[in-house]
Amino acid sequence: MNLRIDSGLVDDARRLAVATVDPVSAFIERHSTVSVERAVLRLLGLGGAGADGVPYANRFVEALPPSLRARGAASALGALVAELGVGPVEIAAREAPLPLEAASRVSDAAARGALAPHVEEGLRRIDASRTERERLMMRFPQQPAPLLYVIVASGNIFEDRSAAIAAAEAGAQIVAVIRSTGQSLLDFVPEGTTTEGFGGTYATQANFALMREALDRVSERLGRYVMLTNYASGLCMPEIAVLAALERLDMLLNDSMYGILFRDINMQRTFVDQHFSRMLNARAGIVINTGEDNYLTTADAVEQAPAVLASQFINEEFARRAGLPDAQIGLGDAYEIDPNLEDGMLFAIAQAQLARQIFPNAPLKYMPPTKHMSGDIFKGHVIDALFNLTSVMTRQTIHLCGILTEGVHTPFLGDRALALENARYVMGTARHLGDEIEFKRGGIVERRANDVLRGAHALLEEVAERGLMASIEAGRFADVKRAPDGGRGFDGVFERDERYWNPFEEALYASLRAAS
Amino acid sequence: MSRYVKPYGDTLDDGKVQLSFTLPIEWSEAADEAARRLVVAMGFGDVAIAEGRPISSGFSFFVAYASTPAAIDVAAIPSTARATNVLSMEDIDARIRERVGRKVRVAGACIGSDAHTVGIDAILNMKGYRGDYGLERYKEFEVFNLGSQVSIGRLARFVGDEAIDAVLVSQVVTQKGSDVRNFTALIELLEAEGIRDRLLLIAGGPRMTNLLANELGYDAGFGRGTLPSQVAAFIAERLSERASV
Repeated sequence: MNLRIDSGLVDDARRLAVATVDPVSAFIERHSTVSVERAVLRLLGLGGAGADGVPYANRFVEALPPSLRARGAASALGALVAELGVGPVEIAAREAPLPLEAASRVSDAAARGALAPHVEEGLRRIDASRTERERLMMRFPQQPAPLLYVIVASGNIFEDRSAAIAAAEAGAQIVAVIRSTGQSLLDFVPEGTTTEGFGGTYATQANFALMREALDRVSERLGRYVMLTNYASGLCMPEIAVLAALERLDMLLNDSMYGILFRDINMQRTFVDQHFSRMLNARAGIVINTGEDNYLTTADAVEQAPAVLASQFINEEFARRAGLPDAQIGLGDAYEIDPNLEDGMLFAIAQAQLARQIFPNAPLKYMPPTKHMSGDIFKGHVIDALFNLTSVMTRQTIHLCGILTEGVHTPFLGDRALALENARYVMGTARHLGDEIEFKRGGIVERRANDVLRGAHALLEEVAERGLMASIEAGRFADVKRAPDGGRGFDGVFERDERYWNPFEEALYASLRAAS
Repeated sequence: MSRYVKPYGDTLDDGKVQLSFTLPIEWSEAADEAARRLVVAMGFGDVAIAEGRPISSGFSFFVAYASTPAAIDVAAIPSTARATNVLSMEDIDARIRERVGRKVRVAGACIGSDAHTVGIDAILNMKGYRGDYGLERYKEFEVFNLGSQVSIGRLARFVGDEAIDAVLVSQVVTQKGSDVRNFTALIELLEAEGIRDRLLLIAGGPRMTNLLANELGYDAGFGRGTLPSQVAAFIAERLSERASV
């Protein structure tokens, strides 16, 4: 079941994505952010928080004067380790002010040398998680894609754990713990297990560990590995990537532009943060899920289709630059077409199949209908069934199960079971439908796919010409306008000076070069 | 005049309802019986458990049909309709020009921690919803869309500083009553600032009704499926009335 599409146009769209991302990459290379530095510190052992609840990583970065911060937090920490002769953890927990003055006289070589074993240890911990995942997935193989993905969102991690276990038993292969709606705007990662939040509960290292442990046990019992997902988005994107790597999350929601457009997070902050986050994800073997579905939920799905494809090209290019192989780039799309539109499902098939052909090795993430789900759960269940059919036909990889009570309440345990049953039924009964049929030459689906491709190409042409930041400023994505120096978190972006050092970035680039 | 009604299955007053629920027990035939007795305990008669099955270890799912003895007097329900006429964008602009005599300043925000701007964007953005233009497209509205996760304090300050006439407040997340608390807190703050009375306060969200909004002290509430022109007409009419007093 293949669409005849203009492959020359696809190649040219990729060239335009490269041209779009080039200047942003140059910007990223010259800058860092407080959250990148905190992520580095966490990997160096500065997890946890003081008695006042302020995370050690935050406290350390805030203590740095701008001149030291511009050299990278690792430089300062290394100098302190060399100067004081104690490890990063002792320095973090120290009550007395840090002797930064004395530390600034330590040579770069001495600082880096002092930190080297801790850098090794950080990388070793990431690699150990990855190896453990590979071992478990060999022992407990997953069922074939589309991988059924469900969300748990009770707002209480202990209830979420019960829901996750029940969902896994009912057929879920991936469980995402929804975060509290405000977390993307917090400039620190909360600590400990949490039992509150709006629309979900907080992403914390303790919550990650609690869920991982529960899902490992259920994986063993069911004989298939159940994946865990959370969100590397918002102001703490790189830190979440670190915690996810350490606690063996398998996927992370991570988009190069989502925070800018839909959370009003500063674009410079987001671009710098997403890059380092993705480098960590690459090393940790974590599959990213990009957020193109958001273009469709906030505007008309038929009109926005080219923007989805254009964003997929841009996300792919950003991800590749961070060292993510295609198998870890879960590009997003959603089944959001108005149910009243005649042939709407044909349009959805066109878009999903187009993405499948253009990104053949990407584990595509397919999002369910939400915008047109009313309180009519019966109709909603039918719409979800057609979404499930579209997904299995077009060989999507990560399938977020639509829930009949979408828009009514965060899913009940029984709602989730019904959603999984719907998906298992449809995908079982139509498993090989896509292999058996062909698209009519020049028919509705093929014409639509080519229209979308041309539209995406035109948009990329314009964005490459104008520049990505200027295009966002002009409202070319999702009709949202954002200024380069506006939005949240801008004050946490800073220029690197010539002595800047990020030991993990250095190591990750080195391993990328070795691999290529 | 009273008019009592019951749910309708296939015969008037048979009282038939469908229920589905999950019980935190392993499924067995005894679990079906437990489900049946539960529905009886709810006050229903003629209870039939149409479906009972395990959905995971320790949880069972049931579908039940039953008859309710309860009836309700529909004549005693207060009207929830907002008295607004259907007006076109041009009519609304004309009405504001004639009766208000200046541009109407409208602010919209998703309050609290809510990040779901779909509803408020549909009403405010130029593009609108289902072919019905948003308020930004109207000549006589000056629109300020403050976006998502706006604190109540910031919204109240903005409303005061910018001499806003009408405020659209939206919140979707209904978990643990957070929406109601935030809606109420905003009113209290606006009252404390002494600006509540000169404002039109409008609440929105997928579960909002005009009745609930009025109970919360808002001038109107708009729920799922609302078109921008309905909100625009309400603002125009209400401000015209005030201007003519």
